[in-house]
Amino acid sequence: MDATSLAPAERAVKMLGGDLTEKSLRLHLEGLSGVDAVGLEARAAGLGTRSIKTTSKAWALDKIITLIDLTTLEGADTPGKVRSLVSKAITPDATDPSTPRVAAVCVYGDMVGTAVEALGDLHGDPDDGKISVAAVATAFPSGRASLRVKLADTEDAVAAGADEIDMVIDRGAFLAGNYGKVFEEIVAVKEACRRADGSYASLKVILETGELNTYDNVRRASWLSILAGGDFIKTSTGKVQPAATLPVTLLMLQIVQEWHRLTGQKVGVKPAGGIRASKDAIKYLVTVAETAGEEWLQPHLFRFGASTLLNDVLMQRQKMTTGRYSGPDYVTVD
Amino acid sequence: MGFLDYAPAPESTSILHLKTSYGLFIDGEFVDGSGSGFDTISPATEKKVAEIATATPADVDRAVAAARRAFEKTWSKMPGADRGKYLFRIARLVQERARELSVAESLDNGKPIKESRDVDIPLVAAWFFYYAGWADKLDYAGLGSSPRALGVAAQVIPWNFPLLMLAWKIAPALAAGNTVVIKPAETTSLSALIFAEILQQADLPKGVVNIVTGAGETGATLVRHTDVNKVAFTGSTAVGREIAKAVAGTGKKVTLELGGKAANIVFDDAPMEQAIEGIVNGIFFNQGHVCCAGSRLLVQENVHDDVVARLKERLSTLRLGDPLDKNTDIGAINSREQLDRITALSKIGEDEGAERWSAPCEIPANGFWYAPTIFTGVQTSSTIAREEIFGPVLSVLTFRTPAEAIAKANNTPYGLSAGIWSDKGSKILAVADKLRAGVIWANTFNRFDPASPFGGYKESGYGREGGRHGLAAYLQGASK
Amino acid sequence: MTRLSIPKTYKLAIGGAFPRSESGRTYEVLTPKGAFLANAALASRKDARDAVVAARSAHAGWAGATAYNRGQVLYRIAELLEGRREQFVEEIRSSEGASAAAAAKQIDAAIDAWVWYAGWADKYSQVAGSGNPVAGPFFNLSVPEPTGVVVTIAPQGVAGGSLLGFVAAVAPALVAGNTVVAIADFTRPLSAISLAEVLATSDVPGGVVNVLTGSPAEIAPWLAAHADVNALDLTGAGDLDWVDLEIAAADTLKRVISPEPGIPALTLGRILAFTETKTVWHTKALI
Repeated sequence: MDATSLAPAERAVKMLGGDLTEKSLRLHLEGLSGVDAVGLEARAAGLGTRSIKTTSKAWALDKIITLIDLTTLEGADTPGKVRSLVSKAITPDATDPSTPRVAAVCVYGDMVGTAVEALGDLHGDPDDGKISVAAVATAFPSGRASLRVKLADTEDAVAAGADEIDMVIDRGAFLAGNYGKVFEEIVAVKEACRRADGSYASLKVILETGELNTYDNVRRASWLSILAGGDFIKTSTGKVQPAATLPVTLLMLQIVQEWHRLTGQKVGVKPAGGIRASKDAIKYLVTVAETAGEEWLQPHLFRFGASTLLNDVLMQRQKMTTGRYSGPDYVTVD
Repeated sequence: MGFLDYAPAPESTSILHLKTSYGLFIDGEFVDGSGSGFDTISPATEKKVAEIATATPADVDRAVAAARRAFEKTWSKMPGADRGKYLFRIARLVQERARELSVAESLDNGKPIKESRDVDIPLVAAWFFYYAGWADKLDYAGLGSSPRALGVAAQVIPWNFPLLMLAWKIAPALAAGNTVVIKPAETTSLSALIFAEILQQADLPKGVVNIVTGAGETGATLVRHTDVNKVAFTGSTAVGREIAKAVAGTGKKVTLELGGKAANIVFDDAPMEQAIEGIVNGIFFNQGHVCCAGSRLLVQENVHDDVVARLKERLSTLRLGDPLDKNTDIGAINSREQLDRITALSKIGEDEGAERWSAPCEIPANGFWYAPTIFTGVQTSSTIAREEIFGPVLSVLTFRTPAEAIAKANNTPYGLSAGIWSDKGSKILAVADKLRAGVIWANTFNRFDPASPFGGYKESGYGREGGRHGLAAYLQGASK
Repeated sequence: MTRLSIPKTYKLAIGGAFPRSESGRTYEVLTPKGAFLANAALASRKDARDAVVAARSAHAGWAGATAYNRGQVLYRIAELLEGRREQFVEEIRSSEGASAAAAAKQIDAAIDAWVWYAGWADKYSQVAGSGNPVAGPFFNLSVPEPTGVVVTIAPQGVAGGSLLGFVAAVAPALVAGNTVVAIADFTRPLSAISLAEVLATSDVPGGVVNVLTGSPAEIAPWLAAHADVNALDLTGAGDLDWVDLEIAAADTLKRVISPEPGIPALTLGRILAFTETKTVWHTKALI
């Protein structure tokens, strides 16, 4: 089995050489340097003590909004719920027109059409001030389905107008050591992101770090996802605890930084799940800026997967504008 | 202006209620010093913070006499449980006044507020808390039943961790039943004098702790005083050597925590990102003003270039500047004298052919500053690989095998600390066994804890501070 | 007609060999009544230097042996002494002028001292070490380790102590894995040299115990100042200018035991006096 050839994903071929096999991938991943959890967590805690005040805080709050994938991923999602979400994405705070828009809305695949329609002319690239539609796919959140189902799930979402696909990796395969299987799935999903015109929906690869459990696993899975062609590596589905943590996000930022050092390519990072307070989100901004670099603070390189975070940021924003503390009745329930 | 130019986030100094001048603290009261006073300045601005008294030999006499009276009349007769209660009180008062002490420390010493706030002052409280619990358990100190206190302890401490070093000295001494005369460093007396106020709030019996300020001469007088029974010194090996000579033949018990030139050994199988952080923390923590600083980086030759490149990248993100700004990573060099020493030794490094790289940080116009600096191409014979610089300067050397790493690490008259970075447990333990140093940090660096003994081999001094060992250093067996 | 005996040549013990002093000097060892016993080597500063080199070379191996092994090696000394009891009784009697009973008592005590210290080899670090409950995710352990090369000035002229004094000073330093350069009792050095011969035929590696006979006043200053010596046991130096020796030792911050009258008591403290506490931190994490 080790000699099984793997799909010749471009990045992997460049990094590992042309003869890409299960074995060469395994050896490569096993050769990555280890992670010492205590040191990693201490570094994250240190970054968490940065004191972001006044003008820096104002800038950070606006920046956070522009990096949010405003998310609803409920079994009970309806077209009405999605339209409400889109409305919030377009106009987060009606009392303050200077409030920026979020980067994207993130929904289940069957809601992509609704979201696209609700966005209308504002559907587009967040770098152009518009809002993307991201869809979770590949039998999200568990990923327990056949590849055929996962690809169909992805193709449907792309066909419906999704700009970004948030796929989950097969954690079972990863934990069983079937790195090749995980790799091939990502490569295949990437290919399923291809549109008729030859362009690709952006691919975010969800590792579900809470299930991978160890930082060494997160490093291998991150590296594997990048090799397979992921545009983003994403921490979590939000359905498993722990979801995003600062240390795990720091680790993933260090990995994209290392990838950049080696190849010049930039890969995005998306912490998702559990980031609810502006104060916490600011720690993530600090961590991005001080590790991967400030240039990572733009929608095609960093996202927050969040739902309730936006309102907290809006309340903080109102505090900075008015000088008094705001309350939940002064931001909208969506 | 980018995000990384964080807006200023200065810790307010309004919490401080400094006096314009401070006397000596003798027999429970602040009294004038007989010598002429001197200014303590903030090394970040060179502005005066307060005037500090100079204790003359007569003042030292008074302080030792007060300590002797307190030892004989009060402290040695007090039940251990009560001594412990005083120490617990002190620990709590330090916690209550932690912010004030942190600000004072950063103002007077120049260290970043995040370090005084998150490391120094919390450890001060922890130290008193730890030793408080020992005061009524001396039978378990390892010296048999009913060990006795030594008497009056003369303690001289350095300027790099002013209040923390005071805690390291005073807490075990008092727990064991000794009384104390302590001399803070000339440039950093302020927090000790605020600590004297805490002693008053704790209602510590008078004379149990006496604080005499002044320059090296005051310290020399104190440790040579004929009526002290214990000498504890933290500082340079040169001064430690003089003290060891001065007390030769006197029977005084001595603890010396002296210089170091620690090797920080990075193997090619290290958890590399954490190793980089550990290197940074090892030598740039507290501006490198750390006796156990990892000032010699021994990196396996096959990863040298990668490590150095990453290190430079990381150092470029360090923020040098106002010690009171909560985002400052690198504060001020403590004194002009120390800055001159760092500058001179770095110059020698360059002259001897090592390649110098300094982080591109803006240096403030006033005050004493030194940009984080690394020297590559350093050989074991280089001056900067042998002499303690005591500043933010790292010397990078290479090795090929674990045996060579050990040989190079041990190739120094010092033996205070060392670091090992590897993901391979068996190698770490074997290397740790063979390093001739008192504190070995594996996959971490510069960690301190009151429960953990700290101290050196060889010319880094003798005796241990921290833990049961640190307590025993202030006791004698009942049989003697 | 009685057989003409063969007198023994007493030499130095350095690095497992028994050389004469490089200086070629000897001095007369006499009975308390002044009768000639032997010519002992009068060690020079160069002999002292060579002894330090030998002790340093032997240190890594001795310190690196397992504690169990060191304990057995030290116990073996006791076994061999037991078998050569009569020789030591004779030497002690002649050089101290002691009664046979007193000499026997001394050799018995010396043997028992080896047994006592041998038993400590694999225990002292348990008693003196500690597992430290630090406030963080770290494994933290403190253990005592040998200081290195120890110079011992054995008790000089102590009644009933020409052998026992030497053993009581040297044995504890060996327990932890130090190597020793010992200056024997000047006037009564014979049993120390004979002991060195026992050590050479036991399992003690060469260089672990080096014995110099000669004038402590002449040699000690060189050893006290020697930069490659880590510790100085001045137990028997009470009649020397020992404060000067301590001052010389301070130059390289040697660990020092000040002079003590009489024969040192057997204590754990003497073992620990020449140990260094090493504290090791290691991160602990599940993930």
